[in-house]
Amino acid sequence: MNTTTRHALAVDCRALTKQYGQGENAVQALRGVDLDVRTGEMTYLVGPSGCGKTTLISVIAGTLDRTGGSCHVFGDDVASWGERKRAAWRGRNVGFVFQALNLVPTLTAAENVAVPLMILGEGHDAALKRAAAMLERVDLGARTRSLPAQLSGGQQQRVAIARALVHEPRLVVCDEPTSALDHETGQRVMELLRSVASRDDRALLVVTHDSRIFALADRIAHMDDGRVQRVESAPSSH
Amino acid sequence: MIRIALRMLLGDKLKYAGLVAGLAFATLLITQQGSIFAGFVLRTGAWIRDTGQADLWVMDKQVEFTEDRKTMLDSSLLRVRGVEGVEWAVPMYKAYMPCRLSDGTRVVVRVIGLDDATLLGAPPIIESGALEALRQDRAVLIDAADAQDELAIREALGDTSKRPMQVGDRLDLNDHEMVVVGRYRRTTEFFWDPLIYTTYTRALAIAPPERRMLNFVLARVKPGYDHDAVAAKISELSGLQAYTEAGFEARSEEFILRKTGILANFGITIALGFVIGVLISGQLLYNFILDNQRSFAAMKAMGASNFMLLRMVAAQVLFAAFVGFGIGVGLTALSGNFLEKSELAFNMAWQVPVFGGIAILICCLFAAALSISRVLRLEPAVVFKG
Repeated sequence: MNTTTRHALAVDCRALTKQYGQGENAVQALRGVDLDVRTGEMTYLVGPSGCGKTTLISVIAGTLDRTGGSCHVFGDDVASWGERKRAAWRGRNVGFVFQALNLVPTLTAAENVAVPLMILGEGHDAALKRAAAMLERVDLGARTRSLPAQLSGGQQQRVAIARALVHEPRLVVCDEPTSALDHETGQRVMELLRSVASRDDRALLVVTHDSRIFALADRIAHMDDGRVQRVESAPSSH
Repeated sequence: MIRIALRMLLGDKLKYAGLVAGLAFATLLITQQGSIFAGFVLRTGAWIRDTGQADLWVMDKQVEFTEDRKTMLDSSLLRVRGVEGVEWAVPMYKAYMPCRLSDGTRVVVRVIGLDDATLLGAPPIIESGALEALRQDRAVLIDAADAQDELAIREALGDTSKRPMQVGDRLDLNDHEMVVVGRYRRTTEFFWDPLIYTTYTRALAIAPPERRMLNFVLARVKPGYDHDAVAAKISELSGLQAYTEAGFEARSEEFILRKTGILANFGITIALGFVIGVLISGQLLYNFILDNQRSFAAMKAMGASNFMLLRMVAAQVLFAAFVGFGIGVGLTALSGNFLEKSELAFNMAWQVPVFGGIAILICCLFAAALSISRVLRLEPAVVFKG
């Protein structure tokens, strides 16, 4: 269906389950999740450790197979595809901000940001040019040649955000983006994410524990024990 | 992504240097031992190549290599001359004999007797004196290198230093006094005893009575005749065995390698080099891939296919292999330069780097296969774990 109008459905999960292991060792990580994520919104997934937040975004982002239920992302049932098609879909449609950032330590900021573009087949020089422009947007235009180790935690997080957005994905998935940052830097990073990522045709899904940044969300889905217990609208409008 | 893969490889200079050093060391081990082995192999046929003027070598059927002392009847020469396609055939004598130098030193030497009329089969380079001087009474030719080593003589009793044997010096061969009329140069051989040339008749005259028989017949094939066919015809009609120069060289080489165990010994060393190469490069490559596992997993999550990651790892492995191999072969060539000036055998024939390159490539691909399987098994979701 591929709808991209404002507040169209980006993610539609119904009775989603995920089980790790078999038999006595089986762990039920998701126990029937129902969740909508809309375009043009920043949706937070919150809840205690081990409640299934990371598993849920892994399934939504197409990096993990579900056990049962359904999950459509922009109308596509990604889990029904083969690995090759799924990888190509992720490359085009999903931007990732990982908790551990996963910047390649031996690549410069620009090269790290250019990686998603090169995966999509863009030439080296053109990709670096677009990466530099993206770094400019996150106020790191002067640090394109810096290695991750030469950047502060906040700057590294901004490089990770630039990498997640450079190929203009429709879904941006962020896993604990502020967990390693102090409050002020975390606040700034989330404001930046909202300002550069918010678009009517794009959905942002953020997993977080950090209640200090809840105010920036459009909707907050509270998870516990492998289920979404309730979804509440933003405490303030943006 | 290949450039990104290489940047990942080159970015960690210490690990990269370790990887390249490991591969260079393995290459050095394989190619240097290979070159020394090839040097020994080349030496097994040095005398045959130096003799040079003949197309065919004819000998008793039981002869297995250049130093074999099986004799033939003198009539064998006539039988060879009678075979169709043979342009000429000359006798050659070769035997070990005791030799006493003028200062009393005793050595064992190999004596070659050349056809009196033609002197065919003589060494290619005469350094001093003249080949024709062999026709003088009691004349012998000695090797210039032997003259400074085993045949060097003391001027007076009690002298500690020796001087090279010169033209005009005398020596006893099997208790027959001989005069040095010239010095020649030859290629270093596998066998080390001094090689002294004289005429065929004189060699027979000084040899022990039981050794006064023909050893080799050197033959030239008429133009237009196939060498192998004439050799086969000689073997068939004479009951002897006839080889082309390359054939006799291969026969000697095979026998020497088999009997001395050189092939097995060097084979073990080269195999050890290969194993060490696999272990070193395998461990380093495996660690490198392991260190970059999260980066590869992140790329996989971001849409990189297994094929793309395979190409990246292959590019990293091949680049490291190419650089390591280049340095290793360079070091081997450099060591060869030094070895060339010594007595040690060294021959870096084109087959050595080709074989070494293939061995290193197999090393790396083997090591990479272990590492790649890890990358292929990577769950992209692993990047969401902290």
